[in-house]
Order: sequence, then structure tokens, then C-alpha cells
Amino acid sequence: MDTELILMQLFSGVALGAILVITALGLSIIFGMLGVVNFAHGALFMVGAYAGLWVASLTGSFWWGLLVAPIMIGMFGMLIEYFLIRPLYGRSIDDPLLLTFGLSYILVEGVRIVFGSDGIPFPTPTLLTGVVDLGVGFFPIYRIFVVGVVFLVVVLLWLGLEKTKFGLIVRAGARDPTMMKVLGVDISKVWLLVFGLGVGLASLGGVLSGPMRSVNPEMGALVLAEAFVVTVIGGLGSLVGSIIAGLLVGVVISMTALFAPEMATIVMFALMAIVLLIRPQGLFGKLA
Amino acid sequence: MTRDNRGTTRNYISRRHVLAALGTGASVVAMPWIARAADDTIRIGFPTPLTGPFAAEAKDQVKSAELAVKQFNDKGGVNGRKVELLVRDDKLNGGEAATRTLELIEKDKVHAIVGSLSSAVQLAVNEVTRARGVLYVSISQSDTINEVKDFSKYTFHEALNPTMTAGAVARHAFKKGTKVAHLVADYAYGHEMLRGFKRAQAAIGAETVGEIMHPFGAADYSTFMPRLRSMRADVLCISNFGRDQANSIKQAVDFGLKQQSKIVVPVLLHNQRLAVSPEVFEGVVGGSNYYWGLESQLPSAKAFNDAYRAANGGAIPTDYGAYGYTGVSSLLQAMQVAGGTDTDKVIAALEALKYDVAKGPQYYRKCDHQSVQSVLVLESKKKADMKGDSDLFSILANDAPSAIVLRSCTELGFPA
Repeated sequence: MDTELILMQLFSGVALGAILVITALGLSIIFGMLGVVNFAHGALFMVGAYAGLWVASLTGSFWWGLLVAPIMIGMFGMLIEYFLIRPLYGRSIDDPLLLTFGLSYILVEGVRIVFGSDGIPFPTPTLLTGVVDLGVGFFPIYRIFVVGVVFLVVVLLWLGLEKTKFGLIVRAGARDPTMMKVLGVDISKVWLLVFGLGVGLASLGGVLSGPMRSVNPEMGALVLAEAFVVTVIGGLGSLVGSIIAGLLVGVVISMTALFAPEMATIVMFALMAIVLLIRPQGLFGKLA
Repeated sequence: MTRDNRGTTRNYISRRHVLAALGTGASVVAMPWIARAADDTIRIGFPTPLTGPFAAEAKDQVKSAELAVKQFNDKGGVNGRKVELLVRDDKLNGGEAATRTLELIEKDKVHAIVGSLSSAVQLAVNEVTRARGVLYVSISQSDTINEVKDFSKYTFHEALNPTMTAGAVARHAFKKGTKVAHLVADYAYGHEMLRGFKRAQAAIGAETVGEIMHPFGAADYSTFMPRLRSMRADVLCISNFGRDQANSIKQAVDFGLKQQSKIVVPVLLHNQRLAVSPEVFEGVVGGSNYYWGLESQLPSAKAFNDAYRAANGGAIPTDYGAYGYTGVSSLLQAMQVAGGTDTDKVIAALEALKYDVAKGPQYYRKCDHQSVQSVLVLESKKKADMKGDSDLFSILANDAPSAIVLRSCTELGFPA
């Protein structure tokens, strides 16, 4: 086994991890702040991909799809929070879970009705097609672009949460919502925005995945499972955890693909089981 | 007012009425043949995965099967008896398929089963029909269904099998000394195709430089690409089905593997080519049971396409869809010859049948009931060469039907 191949495999793992990070972040933010386990996350990822494709075909530009679809679906997410999830606050955690679970079926079936159940091609933007020589091997330019976008999103998110007043309110609201209300903060508005942000991130992941995989109504199912595995490994609700765990899972999958390729999917569940045995709260989670 | 109404209604439904109704209902459930007795309709059960990753192919199967039934009914049925198709969703799950099949046999009293799409699911259906002694025309690729341990005298295998498909593709794509890398879906279909290719490679003298098994239904193939590239193969052979085919080919092309190796698949799927752009599939070679473009050289293909277009608003039939048509048509033709639905007579008629309904002459080999038929080798067209949206492939070869490309009866375990 030569070093070039191992280095290539490491890089593939990091690039795959970047996609896992973007899908897990939205799930983690929503759980961390709102305590809502969003089972519609995968379906919203898929809806995001379709929205991106739709905007891109209307405007003739991938870039508009990438920019507009997450905002559009993020606003759709706010409507979901306002009309469907808000009435369930204060009830058991199962209620929003069941609601979003049902919602995911409606979204998948809805897309099947509108766009059909066959896959639809999502061409890679011309500017980003082709491969680049990394010195140890060739890698698609588009995937490197995706890593860049994810990095940018993570930095913006960190700045937004750590350096702004809104971020301060969000973090405080996650710790003690009652105290925030007493202090006169309209916490429901914060939750609305946070839910929209989480959904927007899911759909950004969907648009980014479009050119790598074909777009179809079931594309969110596996993504939901992956996002859950990553958030559980990282620690539920921990953003740093999601990022580290996403990259870790990507590299573990990639290395497994090198030595035992048929295990490449199952290995992330094995990793999750091991982490849960040793550290039940996840790598960066806090014990309840 | 409403309350009063409800009150009166309740009074009308006396205990005696209820008992009488229950009694009738129970007797219909317990003795369904009473309700069915007067009805001499020929019922054909059709389990297929209407939901799940093969849904696109399954829906085409149903449309084609419905067309075959309609054509017989329009001509006055099979010896005057109407034919009815009972479609059920098997959800691409063996257990579900077995349950639906059993229901079709026990409750709906079907005379035969046609259908299923997946090598594993069709074996589950085969188990049920074999145990119940019911005719089954299977329309999905499988090698095991031909082998003596899974053989059922009631089962006829209309689809191609991996030995035929991979063999035809290999004969056209491999030469002596060709270096072949395999990417294979890790389940029955992939394993059988890999066996088919290796069998052909041994005969041709093409060398395997590596094989990678990927999990069934994987969405991302990027982690397999560096190793596939390092194998420096002349041909990259990708044996998977449905969406896995579109995703893996797309990502192999993204990683620039097409510059290094020719991409070959056992079955080049119409619907999956449509799910990605023509640039991605350009130059990919694969086998097929049917392509609508055959109509320029075959009158039966032209007739099938025209009937299908007329029934489906101008749409064209696809590969796996055509199995639904050829499978149901051959069965109904045999029933016509047999003069009814008597199982043994229909079996004898199927074994003697020569049919040409869409793709040229076909017949069922006696020992394993495999349909001996032509195998197409197709190449995906460049966008510039496409004359329309459905002008997807060019036909590289149309191997004439011959039992020589099959494993011999003795090889399958049948007495010589």
C-alpha cells in the first residue's frame, strides 16, 4: 500500500466529511437550541436540492440556485416552526419528533407528485468541472469547492454565534429560556430564526450535493441517518462536536473503503456504537 | 334532528340483520370460490416494487404488462375468457413480496404470477409459487433461479440472466489481455454479474486487476475512486443497478476515470441514463434485453412500440418495462394454446412455445425454463449525435438467440 494512495484516501475522507458536517450542523443547531429532534431534516435536504435545481434552471445559473434555494427553504422552515412546531413546545420531546417524521413523508410524496419519482440530472457548473492534480492524485474541482463552501459556512456561523448580540441571545436562550423571557427577550422570535437557519443549512447541503449525486425524492433518507450518526458521535447539540465528528466519520469511512470497501456504510454505525459505549454523551456533549 | 335520524337508523339495523350480514360476509371470506364461481376471468398477479429505488423501472413494467393484457382482451380474451392484471407493491422486500404473492394466490385466486424486480425478491416469490404449484413468469435477472436447487417446474424465467448479459458485454468489450477493474454492488445481483463477467473473462483471456464491493444503495462513491484509479485498468466494469448505477458512473466520471478506462456495465439502464446528463454516460457500454431503437430493424419491436405509444401518450417502452410485456404475452399465448389455465397443460405449452412479441424470436429452454433470446449490446450516445430526447443509445450488437451462451443443463445440475 503506497503512501500516495493513503494520502489520497485521507483527502477523500476530509472532503466527504465536509458534506457530512454541513448536513449535521443544521440538525445539531435545531436540537441544541430548541430541543427539537427534526426528523424532516433529510426531506428538507432533498427539497433544497430540488429548489436549487429549479432556481438554477429558471435563471440558467447554478450560483443563483446555490444562493436563493437555502434562503427560500429556510423561510419555508420558519413557516413550519411557526404553524406546526410552536404549538408543541412544552410537550414531550416525542411530539415534534413524530410531527417532523410525518412531515418528511408529506414532503417526499409531494416532490414525487410535482417532479416525478425518477431522478433528475443536476449538471456540475461548467466553471467547476474537471479534476485538479493534488500531487498525490487527481480530485474533482467541484468537491474541493464544496469543502471551501463548508469551511466558509462554519466560520460565518462561529462568528455569528460568538461575536454578535444575536448569537449571545441564542446561546443564552439555549441554556435558560425562562430567564431570557424574564429579561424581556422575545425568545419565540429567536427560535423561529434558529429553526429557519437549521433548515437553510440542510437545503444548502442538498444544493451542494446535487451535482455529485443525481437528484431524486429518496436522496434525503440516507442523509438523515448520516446526520444523526454524526451529531450523536459529536454530542447532541454541540456545534464543535458536529464539525469534528463529521470530519472523523468521513475519514473513517474513507479508510474503511480502502481496506474493507463493503463495510464502508456500516462502519459509521459501528463507530457510533463504540463512542456511545465509552462516552455516552458523545465526544463533545455534556452529561444531562 | 340529526340525533333523531341516527336513532331511527339504529332501530332499523336489528340484531337479526347484523347476524345475517355477518354470516354472509364470513362465508364469502371462508369460501371465496362461491363468489368467484360464475366468473371465468383469467387473473394474473403482478407483484413489483412500485415504491423504492427501482420504482421507475417497476412502473414501466406495469404499463407494459397492462398493454399485453389489453391487447388480448381487445381480441376477445384468451379463448373467450377476459384477462385481469392484479398489480401489488412488493416494496423491494422479499417478505413483503412473499406475503403479497400468497395473498394473490389464496385470496384473489390468481391463475399465474408474473413479476418482481430484484434477484433476491424474485427468489422469495419463487419459493411461494413453487410450494403452491402456481405458474410464475419471473422478469428480473437471476442465475440462481436457473440452478437445480432453486428450480421450480412452475417457473419460467423471461428475463436475461447474468451469464448471458455479462457474457455478451464481455465478448464485445474485452480482448485477450484486457485489464479489468470491477466495482460491484455487494448483494446477489452484483455477485452474480461479477461471476458472469469472470466466467467470460476466463474464456477470453482478460485479466482482473482488482475488485471492490460497495454497499448496496450507497450515495457516495468518492472513497472508492483513488483505489480504482490506482488499478490502471483498461476497462472499469461497474455491476450495480438502479440509482446506484447513475451515481457511481457520475462520480467515476467526476474523478476523471473515463480518461483512463472505458466504463462498462452489465445492463445499461434507460431510466438511469435519463437521470443524469448525456455527457456523463457518453461512451458507456452495456447489455440490454430491449431498446426501442430496435424498431428500425424488427417489425415486432415496431408493433410493440406503436401500441405502447398509443396507450401511453407517445411514451416509449424501456428495457425492464419490456419484460412485463414479453412475460405476460408469452404466458397468455401459452394459455391460448393450452385451451385454458390448467397448470400442467400451460407448462407443456410454454415449453413448446416459440414467440416473437417485441424483440425477435424467443423460446423457453426445457431443462431450466430460461428464455433463450437475443442480447443487445448498447453504447450511450454523445449529446451531439442524439436525434431527440429519447435517442439515447446506439446498438453495437444484437446477439442472436442461442442456448450456447447459457450454462449447459448439466452445469446447472440437471440430469443429462
